[in-house]
Amino acid sequence: MLASGEALAALRLSLVCSLSATAVCIALGLPLAWLQARVDFPGRALVRGIVLVPVVLPPVVGGVALLMALGRRGLVGAWLDSAFGVRLPFTSAGAAIAEAFVALPFFVLTVEGGLRAADRRLEEAARTLGAGPWTVFRRVTLPLLRPALVAGAALAWARALGEFGATITFAGNFPGRTQTLPLLVYVSLESRPEAGILLSVVLLAVSLGVLVALRRRFFEAL
Amino acid sequence: MSVEARLRVRRGELDLDVELAIARGELVALLGPNGAGKTTIVHALAGLVALDAGSLRIDGVTLDDPAAGVFVPPEERPVAVAFQDLLLFPHLSAVANVAFGLRARGVARAAADRAAREWLERFGIAALAERKPRELSGGEAQRVALARALALGPALLLLDEPFSALDAEARGRLRRDLRAHLARQPGMRLLVTHDPVEAIALADRLVVLESGRVTHSGTAADIAARPRSPYAAALAGVNLFRGRARDRRVEISGGGTLVVAEPCDGDVLLVVHPRAVALYRDPPAGTPRNCWRATVAGVDPEGERGRVWLAGPPAIVAEVTAEAIADLGIEPGRALWVAVKATEIAAFPA
Repeated sequence: MLASGEALAALRLSLVCSLSATAVCIALGLPLAWLQARVDFPGRALVRGIVLVPVVLPPVVGGVALLMALGRRGLVGAWLDSAFGVRLPFTSAGAAIAEAFVALPFFVLTVEGGLRAADRRLEEAARTLGAGPWTVFRRVTLPLLRPALVAGAALAWARALGEFGATITFAGNFPGRTQTLPLLVYVSLESRPEAGILLSVVLLAVSLGVLVALRRRFFEAL
Repeated sequence: MSVEARLRVRRGELDLDVELAIARGELVALLGPNGAGKTTIVHALAGLVALDAGSLRIDGVTLDDPAAGVFVPPEERPVAVAFQDLLLFPHLSAVANVAFGLRARGVARAAADRAAREWLERFGIAALAERKPRELSGGEAQRVALARALALGPALLLLDEPFSALDAEARGRLRRDLRAHLARQPGMRLLVTHDPVEAIALADRLVVLESGRVTHSGTAADIAARPRSPYAAALAGVNLFRGRARDRRVEISGGGTLVVAEPCDGDVLLVVHPRAVALYRDPPAGTPRNCWRATVAGVDPEGERGRVWLAGPPAIVAEVTAEAIADLGIEPGRALWVAVKATEIAAFPA
């Protein structure tokens, strides 16, 4: 049953989308975490709120927000369409973006905690040894941040893998294109409940596995 | 070729305002109680703290001058620091820690690695090159930290309490090693410490810092001859009293009165060498002008002569022979008569 074409396609899509979403989280989240932890700029509270809002927002509402921003008639989406011919809603890329939107706060919070806990005197020591800001970041800050980066990325990945509401709202439910595992579970529960339950168990096992593997690193990073 | 600095920094409670000069090849020890601003001076010289006013020039190059809008960042200063807390990079091996500065300053990987290993060799820890800092003992880590700073061959080397993590024996050994390495480098050095023995053993000149101000600058003998604060006096091992004089009587600020030989007036500092303090079981006959009863607070027998702390007032330290300690049955809690001749008290205006 798990080996059915539908399930395999959903699994493959889930992996691709969740890993892409994790990459987006790292690319956006590291600078954001840095800003939050190290730079005192006006509007920091607002940026922090925007980054964290997906944690408390119902994911479906997040999906609506994404449609309004990135949809074909959305604020940015209309421009993307007219300037580059890029349409994100109801595509695999859209699914990945929906997952990244919901997963980003998990990465940012974990990495920000790691940055705050880091001993900044080590960075000062590196500067007195002749390292400029970029070298300090690359050779001291990042290596010391590794546990937090690993924990944050794994949490974000697990959250992205299980994402449902924002994905179905922004990307729809097209098998092979945007139907990820959680969406397949939802659909299966109506037609083939046993398959839905089995897939749910698989997802639960993966999530639990990540959290158990991370337990120490996660709490150390925080 | 020298360091010329006028450092003014205000940070919270601390109001630092010092002039500091270090000549080429000179090792200056910076002594002072906790909170005096020693570490702030290190940070200001290294560029980790910007001056609020004043200026810093090393070998004629201005590194910090807020009035002129000049501030050279730490990585571009010819300054290296051996930090009090070592601050070794925990993710790098000992050799990579030492090579870090050379790499950051553009030395090729292989050459930096070779030079770092030579430094570890000089400090006798070549065998530990691949170990991470957490796998090193306190003394070994201290050597790595010193090697890391020395490897850069800086014009100005800052040593912030470099032996604080060590026991007395390891401290003596590393001090000898360090002196040998410093003799090979021509630069200027500032040693921050609160151990007078360390300062006297390594330094050409002592600078005493208290509450953000330099209270002394000179050799240990200079300070012992005329200490100007309780800290400096303790440093030189002598008794120092602050008081208000009227004619020959001086009211000590901590309680008690001392009589001096020469009339004086106003706020004064009194210095009494511990050897000039005599102890008796019974009230002494004769003519000591200063005589009072005091309880022994502590005894430190040390070879032929021992030091005895008396609670006062005024509290005073006496240095007497081991024989006298035994004869008088000196032990904490015992009450004794203390006598100091007026002629043994040096007084000068505060």
